[in-house]
Amino acid sequence: MVTFAIAITILFFLMRAAPGDPLARVSEGRALAPAELATLRARYGLNQPVVAQFVSFVRGLTRGDLGVSIEYGRPVTALLAERLPATILLGGSVLVLNFTVGLWLGVRQAVHRGRREDRWLTTVSLVGYAMPSFWLGLVLAWLVGIKLRLLPAAGMHDPLLGADAGIAAHMVDVLRHLILPVLTLSVVSIAATMRYQRSAMLEVLSLPYVTTARAKGLPEREVTWRHAWRNALFPVITLFGLWLPILVTGSVFVEAVFAWPGLGSLAASAVWGRDYPVLMGASLLVAALVVAGGVLTDIAYAVLDPRVRLA
Amino acid sequence: MTSALASVKAAWRNPRGRIGAILLLVVSVAAIVGPWMLPDPLAQPDILGGSLPPGPGHPFGTDQLSRDVLSRVVSGARISLSVALLAVGLSATIGAAVGMVSGYWGGLVDAGLMRIVDGALAIPRLFILLLVLAVWEQVPLPALIFLIGATGWFATSRLVRAEVLRLREEGYVRAAEAMGARRRHVLFRHLLPNTMGPLLVAATLGVGDVILLEAGLSFLGLGVQPPTPSWGSMVLDSREVLVSAPWAGIFPGLAIVLTVLSANLFGDALRDAVDPRSI
Repeated sequence: MVTFAIAITILFFLMRAAPGDPLARVSEGRALAPAELATLRARYGLNQPVVAQFVSFVRGLTRGDLGVSIEYGRPVTALLAERLPATILLGGSVLVLNFTVGLWLGVRQAVHRGRREDRWLTTVSLVGYAMPSFWLGLVLAWLVGIKLRLLPAAGMHDPLLGADAGIAAHMVDVLRHLILPVLTLSVVSIAATMRYQRSAMLEVLSLPYVTTARAKGLPEREVTWRHAWRNALFPVITLFGLWLPILVTGSVFVEAVFAWPGLGSLAASAVWGRDYPVLMGASLLVAALVVAGGVLTDIAYAVLDPRVRLA
Repeated sequence: MTSALASVKAAWRNPRGRIGAILLLVVSVAAIVGPWMLPDPLAQPDILGGSLPPGPGHPFGTDQLSRDVLSRVVSGARISLSVALLAVGLSATIGAAVGMVSGYWGGLVDAGLMRIVDGALAIPRLFILLLVLAVWEQVPLPALIFLIGATGWFATSRLVRAEVLRLREEGYVRAAEAMGARRRHVLFRHLLPNTMGPLLVAATLGVGDVILLEAGLSFLGLGVQPPTPSWGSMVLDSREVLVSAPWAGIFPGLAIVLTVLSANLFGDALRDAVDPRSI
């Protein structure tokens, strides 16, 4: 909570400290009469001293009021709420992929440590980690979407699909649109998961109880998954907290590239339109998510590991 | 200092680390020498006959304004690498200063500084930068470098603080204190040199992050401003001609991947050398 409060304060003063006029874009194209400017300033509260602005900003926050979008003329909270589901769908799918395929690959690497498979997987994941998500997204959109025409290259729905097409058809449609963005975000983020899982697994595999399990004559598969992996899953949970910022940052680019109607593309278009209230709202939401993710991680850790107590 | 030098040598003995270092050197040399040997990256010799595919004369093709893509990629390397080096240097300096003050003074100073760091870490760096940069119509390059550097030290300060907390209890530090050494002496003679190893690792891995970040900001139009060639803005420009001239976007992206990958390979090897137990 304290952390979040500090984050809010930092965000607010950062924006006010930046050299430039938030109204520069509104008045673009024509010179505003001083009277008009004064009206606008009064409307956005820009004529008050900074501290007073901060107080009214925090007061609005407690009421769930994040102000009005300059571009859309609608409350920021409504815009954010509208865009949230698409981002949850995208981020959730990436998470699921990371925590299934990513963990599985990490375990395999640890089991085959130092062999060709391990080395190849490490190299491939490092290359993925070095890729800018917007570039990978564009390349995939071009190759798969435009050249091969296998999947749609943008959006979330096929505009030609009628409302009467049935739920199943609509779901397949959304899924087909989902594949490329999910693939892009997964490729750039899976390296961290694999790496964590690999090292956690290596540590566990060197413990005596694993040797005991082997000595009992248990099949290797059983030793790996039932004995070792259970304890190696643990450190990976901490990854979740580190992971949200990567996901959120990546989704700004991936959603912008694929025109996915989520929070990320909202933030990107707020950047292009210089829509500060929306940008501020999105940043606040992200900060809240990151703090909540950290708290959840701590709780999960305490629940799963009896040695840890919540302070 | 010697420990940092020893880690660099150890990283060089690591095959992956060596590949990373060599690739990084190649990119740096290309960035320094290349622009003198290649056509002007801003020249638009034939504005109606742009988007030539890769071929003789233009190994990477030309973009929609008939500019040579190879020249632009190489000039972009200059921009990207200098932004990365300067910004990372700034982050490392601030991070080391804050971490040392926080770890050595302790008490209220430490509590206050670390709370601020916690708050700042809750906001992904990209969003902090978006908020500040979006106010600017045209971002001057020095300001961009300053801002990227000023937003990258939070994790580093934590790292240095942890290191200082550990070192503070070491015998030689206590001995120096017991002999009446001044704070400045302890900080600069004993603590700082011993935090150089972890600091160097963080900085090297930070180079890759900053290159990706700068490319991302430029892709959103908030980073390096046209017509200065930068990898991110080249990819952005290529969006319009993705179908007819994909090479205009593919090559700058490959340059990003290559550079970030080599910095990370070298950084990983360094980390293994400094702290073999870490992931």
